Amino acid sequence: MTSLTVTNLCKSFGALKVTDDVSLSVEPGELHAIIGPNGAGKTTLISQLSGQLHCDSGSVAIGDRDISRLTMPERVKLGLARSFQITSVLPGFTALENVALAVQAREGSSFRFFGKVADEARLNEAAMTALSEAGLDRRAHVLARSLSHGEHRRLELAIALATQPKILLLDEPLAGVGGGDAEGFVANLQKLKGRFTIVLIEHDMDAVFALADRVSVLVYGSIIATGTPEAVRNDPEVRAAYLGEEEELV
Amino acid sequence: MTYMTASATHPDRPVLSGRVKAALVLFILFALMPPLASALNDPFYVLIGTRILAYAIAAMALDLILGYGAMVSFGHAAYLGFGAYAVAILQSYGVNDLILQILFAVAISAIFAVVTGAISLRTRGVYFIMITLAFGQMAFFFFISFSAYGGDDGVALAQRSTVLGMDLLGTDYGLYYVSLALLIALFALCHRIVGSRFGRVLTGIRENPTRIEAIGFSPFRYQLIAFVISGCITAIAGVVLANQAQFVSPAFMSWHKSGELIVMVVLGGVGNLAGPIAGAVAALLLEEWLDALSEHWKLYFGIFLVLMVLFSPHGITGLLKKMGIVRGQQ
Amino acid sequence: MMNLFVLQLLNGVQLGVLLFLIAAGLTLVFGIMDVINLAHGVLYMVGAYLIATFAAATGSFWWGLLLTLPAAVVVGLVIEFVVMRRLYARSHLDQVLATFGLVMIANEAVKMIWGTSPLSVPMPEIFSGSVPLMGPLKYPVYRIAIIVAGLAVALGLFIMVNYTRVGMLLRAGATNRDTVSALGVDINRLFAIVFTLGAVLACLAGALVAPILSVDTGMGESVLILTFVVVVIGGIGSIKGAFLGALLVAIVDTLGGVFGPILLRSVLDPSAAGQVGRVLAPMLVYILMAVILFAKPAGLFGRRA
Repeated sequence: MTSLTVTNLCKSFGALKVTDDVSLSVEPGELHAIIGPNGAGKTTLISQLSGQLHCDSGSVAIGDRDISRLTMPERVKLGLARSFQITSVLPGFTALENVALAVQAREGSSFRFFGKVADEARLNEAAMTALSEAGLDRRAHVLARSLSHGEHRRLELAIALATQPKILLLDEPLAGVGGGDAEGFVANLQKLKGRFTIVLIEHDMDAVFALADRVSVLVYGSIIATGTPEAVRNDPEVRAAYLGEEEELV
Repeated sequence: MTYMTASATHPDRPVLSGRVKAALVLFILFALMPPLASALNDPFYVLIGTRILAYAIAAMALDLILGYGAMVSFGHAAYLGFGAYAVAILQSYGVNDLILQILFAVAISAIFAVVTGAISLRTRGVYFIMITLAFGQMAFFFFISFSAYGGDDGVALAQRSTVLGMDLLGTDYGLYYVSLALLIALFALCHRIVGSRFGRVLTGIRENPTRIEAIGFSPFRYQLIAFVISGCITAIAGVVLANQAQFVSPAFMSWHKSGELIVMVVLGGVGNLAGPIAGAVAALLLEEWLDALSEHWKLYFGIFLVLMVLFSPHGITGLLKKMGIVRGQQ
Repeated sequence: MMNLFVLQLLNGVQLGVLLFLIAAGLTLVFGIMDVINLAHGVLYMVGAYLIATFAAATGSFWWGLLLTLPAAVVVGLVIEFVVMRRLYARSHLDQVLATFGLVMIANEAVKMIWGTSPLSVPMPEIFSGSVPLMGPLKYPVYRIAIIVAGLAVALGLFIMVNYTRVGMLLRAGATNRDTVSALGVDINRLFAIVFTLGAVLACLAGALVAPILSVDTGMGESVLILTFVVVVIGGIGSIKGAFLGALLVAIVDTLGGVFGPILLRSVLDPSAAGQVGRVLAPMLVYILMAVILFAKPAGLFGRRA
């Protein structure tokens, strides 16, 4: 577990400032939620944290190590894992194989050309552990393309867990997950809380207020408020930004 | 804690995968062919058979990157040429041993593949196809102007290779069975590679490169290594081909040959190693058959190709996509 | 030495202009439709065969050229309608296979129709002969005419791409194909126009070069790969890149073949220099391509890697 510090992060696409001087400080073990209206630049922010996009200026640090210039694979090696808002798994692999590959990435010994990877108990057991933490162990041998939407979201989480991260970046893990399924998923996330430093982007406000230690509100690329869920809920500026859009807040 | 007791491998997984079963059937058929040919009093088939075996090795090697790595290399004939010229060059220095020739062919190919692969893999899609094609042509022109070995006309080989001093390839049957042994050994090698940790990363890159980076792999080095392995195996096919033809020329390396290799892979099925072996058999037999029917067999082969792509509902790759064998590119 | 240099430079420019005519269409097809077309070299060959036929039938190069152009339009439209149109949405692998099939069909069909012996096309009379260039140096008028004609077409293309509505769509399409469909343009018609334009330019190149080359079935092949190199170096979808890439490739190819051995002679003994030079010269353009791609993977003017 370690802290994640974002300092004066900026990113523009042409004339459009998608990330405008964002600073964030996520404590070790904290679950920090980032909320904001559609188009606020939440996914772009996560992409810059994970290294999929590079920022124009500013810095991202894990602990006191500056990672702003590192590539995505390098950041993963340092303990940063992300899940994708739009499911991004290996469709032709089984759920177990998807996760086992992530375990293999963490172990850092993939230039083995002969051993039969499907029979490696160590990889498979670690993968099974991650799958069960995400509540997907019963579907381990199903091809990813045959999983339901809710199961894809769980697989996303399991893959991220399998890299044994210190910091988890979860981009709308609950996107499109309905009713009872969502409740179960929130319970899974609840169990992970405290074991990792977590940055959570989520639209489901019930989930956010149930899980988050602190909440930051992103509007048009800048953070307009950070605080406990209670404080943010009552912040007049936040209420103005959300007025008429997200009734859950009011 | 049920998951700890759950079987790590799939409970229903068969002992032999479909890929291995198909390959075994092919190998048995290959092994039975020469006695059959001599029974039919047509030993010429054994030489044609050796040519098919050589192309089967090459097509399988191409499948390793085309099918498993989603890299459409249009320059693979260059490696056939390296293999063939390795035989000619060493022979001119009095070195006839098959193993040394294979090692030499693999060494040249590895160097060429590392350099050209490193440049080609900085790009993707249409660029990758064109650049591999251009590098293939570069090798082609090199041997065209390499007058010490006959240039454009090529050079005839004085004799077939020997194995550790034994004249195993002296008869057409000997050459055939040594080639078959090579094919089986190389299939086993490729089969192990695609089932290994490395193979899983490579296949993962084909499935979804972004995800592979997000769990901490840099695709480039895995793709490059696969590219090099594929080139080296193709070169071994070239060594066989030189012995079969007892003649070496730049014609082995023309871009048409690269195209034919791709046709074989696709014809047999992308991404399962056994398919391309069957594809090589089918393509070469079709070629022989059309050739016997008409001097303009290339016309019919071309029409066959165009129709095959246009009238399989979503193209061949679409068909395979439906079967879950390959994913569409971009 | 200087004379030889000027002569070879002019030959290089002349080859470059031809390469540009072929590459212009190809780069647009690649850039806008994201389609790989191996059969583009075939069009160049067909252009040469068409003018050989028409010129022989009419007894005049000019009538031949005049008939070749509309015939090229027909060829382009037919290939687009019968094959290419069905390939736009396909994977690159499908495109490679189908257009590879087209190459086999076309090469064989040409052999069946025109036979295997090379044809020749008479030089138009007003362009026969040579003009004095500098000192004792003379240069064939026809080659100068090719350069002028090629540059004129290049200028026309440049104006079309930069100052007309179709050109605006082409540029938008090369950058982002979705934009074009979002503008409410009939994308199928645009593609057909682009492909046919490319086909006509390639046929034109074949027709122009026919009087100074022997027309045979292999002529499309060598040009196709050189054109690929041009497109890759220039950057896919860029007309400007195709123009500069074509001149660069042609001049390096032409001068390298002549001056490579001469330069090598200063470091090696003559026979070795000749040997090495002969081997290296045809590889020069590919080495050039490798170096450029190593520095700029998307080519000189490419937008997408």
